Amino acid sequence: MSIAWGALGTVVIASLVIGVALIALVSFALVGLSARSQPATAGKRGLSPAAGTAVAGLCLAAGALIVGYGLYVIVS
Amino acid sequence: MDLTLIVIVVVVTALIFDFTNGFHDTANAMATSIATGALRPKVAVAVAGVLNLIGAFLSVEVAKTISSGMIDESRITPVVIFAGLVGAIVWNLLTWLLGMPSSSSHALFGGLIGASLVAAGVGAVHFGTVVTKVVIPALISPVLAGLVALIGTYIGYRATARADRGTVTKGFRAGQIVSASMVALAHGTNDAQKTMGVITLTLITAGVLAPNSGPPFWVIASAGIAIALGTYLGGWRIIRTLGKRVSHIESPQGFAAETAATAVILSSSHLGFALSTTQVATGAIFGAGAGRRLAGVRWGVAGQMAIAWILTLPAAGIVGAAAAWVASSGTVGTIVVAVAGVAVAAGIYAASKRKPVTAENVNDVPAPQPAEPPVRIAA
Repeated sequence: MSIAWGALGTVVIASLVIGVALIALVSFALVGLSARSQPATAGKRGLSPAAGTAVAGLCLAAGALIVGYGLYVIVS
Repeated sequence: MDLTLIVIVVVVTALIFDFTNGFHDTANAMATSIATGALRPKVAVAVAGVLNLIGAFLSVEVAKTISSGMIDESRITPVVIFAGLVGAIVWNLLTWLLGMPSSSSHALFGGLIGASLVAAGVGAVHFGTVVTKVVIPALISPVLAGLVALIGTYIGYRATARADRGTVTKGFRAGQIVSASMVALAHGTNDAQKTMGVITLTLITAGVLAPNSGPPFWVIASAGIAIALGTYLGGWRIIRTLGKRVSHIESPQGFAAETAATAVILSSSHLGFALSTTQVATGAIFGAGAGRRLAGVRWGVAGQMAIAWILTLPAAGIVGAAAAWVASSGTVGTIVVAVAGVAVAAGIYAASKRKPVTAENVNDVPAPQPAEPPVRIAA
């Protein structure tokens, strides 16, 4: 009985990195989007609406890439 | 009994199992989306059903490896597969009645193993493969999914702590539509294929198909449709358990749970581990609950589920073994098993009618500690 520890390790690391990265990306995108409805006020750190939108766009694009890769894995 | 008749009976039984698999597992993809209001219940099950159907057509890799060396195919007959399927269906219906998210895959494996043990002896089951391919992934995957969801939830709440509440809630709800869809798609590719694999195996043992052939189109189509219909029917009892009884789930947690489940399912099926979608999804929901507030999770519910999980393989195995013992005695025995299976199913259905859980009342459960405001982890 041989247990494929290598493959198991790969699953653990890949799931952790991909899963956490995706959740973080969406969170950052939403922080960016918040700047549009809640602009930075004096004395409070924050993004300008334009910068927020840009951050959101970048994060969501990166997230979409990961989802696309997931679809590719399912199909192939 | 005519050979073709028993083959037809097995194919029909396999499709019935596929159907129970569908409604048993709707909760995996949709429980948190329904609980957080990201999708309305009826819409959620429709989306999950369609994606399961699409998923069934995307790949046949799992179907080709269904035997995966667990059972010595040369020593079993269609009657044994029939008995195994009856064991799996009975256990699936019973756990559904109790609202327990147990693994349909383990029920299937357990039923087949139990039936093979009785019909063909200990030598017909490769226990080493069962441990490495089924038991070890079953122990690791829910914990891993829970860990990913826990870290993800923590980061999600911390990162968005100062962001606009409305935007965050709406954004994560939108994200949940995507993440839930991914779980449903992954479920279709995994679980519909298990049934395809069983049917293909039966056709091969009966000599209808050449050895090593893939599933024919009608098998793929019927398995896809059976699981999609089951999914659309919706296992509301299990959806309620996962969406409402584990923890009070908010949209960032739902998104984290579904994303974690997808990451684990895809990465491990890519590497050939036959894990349980149900256990991964459940582990992720517990992780997401704990990521916001440890005390917000009902750990007693976790204990009940753990017991159901441990029991699934042996319990389905015992039913499968008993069914194989009776069915092996001949045509009359097979008919007795079929009639008994239908009777048990009808009894469970009748019992479920006494306290029905439907799309309308699925969310009407007091969540744990509803009076307390949600406490976010201090930034």
